[in-house]
Amino acid sequence: MTEFLQQLLNGISLGAVFALIALGYTMVYGVLRFINFAHSDVFMVGAFGGYYLGRLVPEGTLWGGLLVLAGAMALCAGLGILIERLAYRPLRGAPTLNVLITAIGMSLLLQNLGQYLFGATPRAFPEVFPVTNYEVGGVYISSNQIVVIAVAGLLLLGLEYIVHRTKIGTAMRAVSLNPKAASLVGINNDVVISFTFGLGSALAAAGGILYALNYPSIDPLMGTLPGLKAFVAAVLGGIGNIPGAALGGLLIGIVETFVNGSQWSTYKDAIAFAVLIIILLFRPAGLLGRFSVEKV
Amino acid sequence: MTAPAPTRYPRPHVALLAALAVFYGVFAVSDRIDPYYLDVLVGVGISITLAVSLNLVNGFTGQFSLGHAGFMAVGAYLSSAVTLFLGPRLLGEEGGSAFGQGALFLAALVTGGLSAAVAGLLVGVPSLRLKGDYLALVTLGFGEIIRVIFMNIEPLGGALGLNGIPAYTNIFWVLAVAAVTIFTVHCLVHSTYGRGFIATQDDEIAAEAIGINTTRYKIVAFVIGAFFAGVAGGLYGHFKQTISPAGFDFNRSIEIVVMVILGGMGNTVGVILAAILLTLLPEVLRSVAEYRMILYSFLLIVLMIARPQGLFNFKYRFGRAKS
Repeated sequence: MTEFLQQLLNGISLGAVFALIALGYTMVYGVLRFINFAHSDVFMVGAFGGYYLGRLVPEGTLWGGLLVLAGAMALCAGLGILIERLAYRPLRGAPTLNVLITAIGMSLLLQNLGQYLFGATPRAFPEVFPVTNYEVGGVYISSNQIVVIAVAGLLLLGLEYIVHRTKIGTAMRAVSLNPKAASLVGINNDVVISFTFGLGSALAAAGGILYALNYPSIDPLMGTLPGLKAFVAAVLGGIGNIPGAALGGLLIGIVETFVNGSQWSTYKDAIAFAVLIIILLFRPAGLLGRFSVEKV
Repeated sequence: MTAPAPTRYPRPHVALLAALAVFYGVFAVSDRIDPYYLDVLVGVGISITLAVSLNLVNGFTGQFSLGHAGFMAVGAYLSSAVTLFLGPRLLGEEGGSAFGQGALFLAALVTGGLSAAVAGLLVGVPSLRLKGDYLALVTLGFGEIIRVIFMNIEPLGGALGLNGIPAYTNIFWVLAVAAVTIFTVHCLVHSTYGRGFIATQDDEIAAEAIGINTTRYKIVAFVIGAFFAGVAGGLYGHFKQTISPAGFDFNRSIEIVVMVILGGMGNTVGVILAAILLTLLPEVLRSVAEYRMILYSFLLIVLMIARPQGLFNFKYRFGRAKS
């Protein structure tokens, strides 16, 4: 039982990170209907942003950690907006395949520029938050896990507020529902899309730092696998659906942690893809999504 | 896209035979060619096979697959297993005659190709019901799963891979396989049956409306593409003499995809040119090799924005904007 609770806790803290990344995928899919492959590399840039900013603040203090988090989120929001402006906006209205290929190209470009700028060797992520370990009834909880779960939870609540209670959030939902009608009622689609990219990228940056807190070895290719798994999480929850992405992230994190703790641990990286394939075969719209038929 | 004109008389067959004869001539004098150039030529031939076979799926049928390296891995492993484990029993410890080795290698390549085709069928049947982004992702996922599975099969070397594969690949085999691949894809696409691939690529809904079974066309394209990827994998294994799961990762798939896109989707000549160019480029510009992936990724973005029909494509317009 203790073992089960321990694994569950580890799974939730991993799943919280997947949920943060999955939100970026799902929001961009909502407004633009394409998979932003480069999202996983914005996550990587977020972790590296945290690495460099972490040197500027005193180590192991709460306010220092939060400052690093905010800085990296701002940095990646800018990066996300820049990517959209340079690579995706010229392709507005182009066939899906072209946009998809551009996104893959952007992802590879970020990875390889990262290898060029940061070097390919993994680096140790600094302890930006204070570290203590607690033991509750035989279950070990590190303060980093608490930070991960708390920050992810707060960001999810913040996102929920932005999407449902603010003007720009309403505009986001309008564009997601019907871009043409949205522009007819006076919404500037480009602004909304830029904002969505900024928001999603900021969440990815937070995910990157939180991931690096628990797995403190970062390298330019670190984004690929968590990114793919987070995408699977977004599809699992129903792509375009914000609560779905959070739910999917948690589920994928928990499943992966349990597989990792079992005798099948060497297959843990394949399990997310197996989940993806099963979901797409039996419930392509995801757990919380609605099924739609392509019209001519 | 206009359908290519059907050929009245078997020009491609004559061309294939002529090419095979020329390649055998090249092979006969290959002792006198600098081994370095031969190695580069082998690399070019394998790239052409991979790119042309992927072009059948990505270009002609319009299904974006990102898992070609996975099928290459299946072919490389299975064909190497045949020569490594069955070879000594069939040929004896001394290695047997040249004819025996040739026959064994052919059997190994066919085994590799067929097992990759079976893998293609297993992957294709469930995933080809999906479209665009999803299909790309699922094929990527399958490619990764195939890699993870090979990492976990201890008899095939696990994460370390297989070593000491006999060096059966020579210039004749590689160029012959490339020629057969080009021939097969060309004849298939230009046949009456092949119009279905192009119809599927052009407009899936319209194709279905006139009674074309698009799913079956997609699966056929996928399986044939996987077969030739498997054969190319077999050639690769018996050329490098050592293979490991890490050699068939996502970047390998991307390399092949870039060849297809650079050449122009559904344009065989362009794809062949792109495969040659992208294989020679790192050889010619050694200093650039380090920046190769940066260059590839940059090329992908710029091409999609400025010239989505490909660099060497002067005939077709690839894709259309959705209304």
